[in-house]
Amino acid sequence: MCSFQEDIFIAEMLELIRQASTELPEDVEKALKLALKKEEENSVAQYVLEMISENIQRARKTSRPLCQDTGLPAFYISYNQSVSTRLIRSCVKKAVVQASEKAYLRPNAVSSISGKNSGNNLGSGIPYIEFEEWSKHGILVKCMLKGGGCENVSSQYAIPSPGLEADRDLDGVYTCVMDAVQKAQGKGCAPGILGIGIGGDRIISMQTAKKQLFRTLDDVNEDPLLVKLEERLLKDANKLGIGPMGLGGKTTVLAVKVGASHRIPASFFVSISYMCWVCRRKEMYYSLDGP
Amino acid sequence: MSKISLTLPLTNEEIRRLKIGDTVLLSGIIVTARDMAHSWLLEEKREELSELLRNSAIYHCGPIMLKEEGKWICKAAGPTTSIREEAYMAEILQEYGISAVIGKGGMGERTAKALQEFSAVYLSAVGGAAVLLADHIESVEAVYQLEEFGVPEALWVLKIKAMPLIVSMDSHGNSLHKNVLEKSCFVLNNK
Repeated sequence: MCSFQEDIFIAEMLELIRQASTELPEDVEKALKLALKKEEENSVAQYVLEMISENIQRARKTSRPLCQDTGLPAFYISYNQSVSTRLIRSCVKKAVVQASEKAYLRPNAVSSISGKNSGNNLGSGIPYIEFEEWSKHGILVKCMLKGGGCENVSSQYAIPSPGLEADRDLDGVYTCVMDAVQKAQGKGCAPGILGIGIGGDRIISMQTAKKQLFRTLDDVNEDPLLVKLEERLLKDANKLGIGPMGLGGKTTVLAVKVGASHRIPASFFVSISYMCWVCRRKEMYYSLDGP
Repeated sequence: MSKISLTLPLTNEEIRRLKIGDTVLLSGIIVTARDMAHSWLLEEKREELSELLRNSAIYHCGPIMLKEEGKWICKAAGPTTSIREEAYMAEILQEYGISAVIGKGGMGERTAKALQEFSAVYLSAVGGAAVLLADHIESVEAVYQLEEFGVPEALWVLKIKAMPLIVSMDSHGNSLHKNVLEKSCFVLNNK
């Protein structure tokens, strides 16, 4: 029997958004703490990471958004066929409006034509919701809040790329990613987390990149070649000296996560979804089995 | 790490003494401005703000605000990417006589020159540290263009106390951002 209760689902969605906005995932906090230990005494990098650490504590304690830019709210939903996706969508929108009223989300939906802010995070294409049917008798909602600064430094390469010596292989992928990190400097709020998508078309490639950002930082890639690539990129990106907020230091990137899709013979895309250190991801499971 | 306490409006001497890498605790009145605000400030001289902005600071920030019991409260107020304002910044520095630009990511050559010429500094706030920075806002004094621009793009007049900032572009033509960029470029090209 289906026991989807709109009001309960909306309340749980609101709580999901609150937690995503105000509580940094433990694995990211742990990585930032490790980074702090590596930076030199009395350096700007150390000072920046100390402030970051303090900010994480205060946001959690006082239930305030870690960062004022709460991004374009995105939800990836696994649903059971017994529940209407139209109903879930309308509930998600209601939760987003409530979260905006409670200031867990900044009003971020701006008309690209008139420039007018809708004031409640609803707009054409906002929030972003993706559905996938599954067999479990419940609904899994994964929420990601990704700010504009790091979205702006995210990028996509089509190999061969003009001005870049990149072949259509994993070494070429490496070259593209290093170029993207160098170009991003501190503008994506370093230390960042890199979600990389290889292959697909332009859309699949970027989707793959973005979905890597749901992997916890200690998650090990299933493909041994990609494990090597991730390790090499992490090590070399941190040699660039860009540092926290691009003010210099040893920590430029906290983790690199690569996913691959098949491609057509004519194309080889490399997409880099740069996530700021305020890596806001959270999931919740809504059971349909009733209390 | 020694920190320099400064209160706006700044004197020319105070500005000239600041060097890249210095850490500052800034107090006084500042005004937030993003893309729409910069363009609005240059459309014509905004007399209502010009007195306030003289020797004061612009903060590249689109805060989260909440009205509680008729009073605006700032919930989160970290910096936004400054380079988007590169086209406007030099002229605004000149036109309004601003002493400090607060933001993240640094700015370009034109702004660097203007900082030198009109005696001003660029101060980096830690991106994403929005709660910590909001805790240094004592009060919301006024707001301009709220209806027209919406919450993030409006010009919020804020009274701040000991806000922790890092001098990353000084009034002598030095830029920490440029130094880091050049160094990382060198490392990448010599792998």
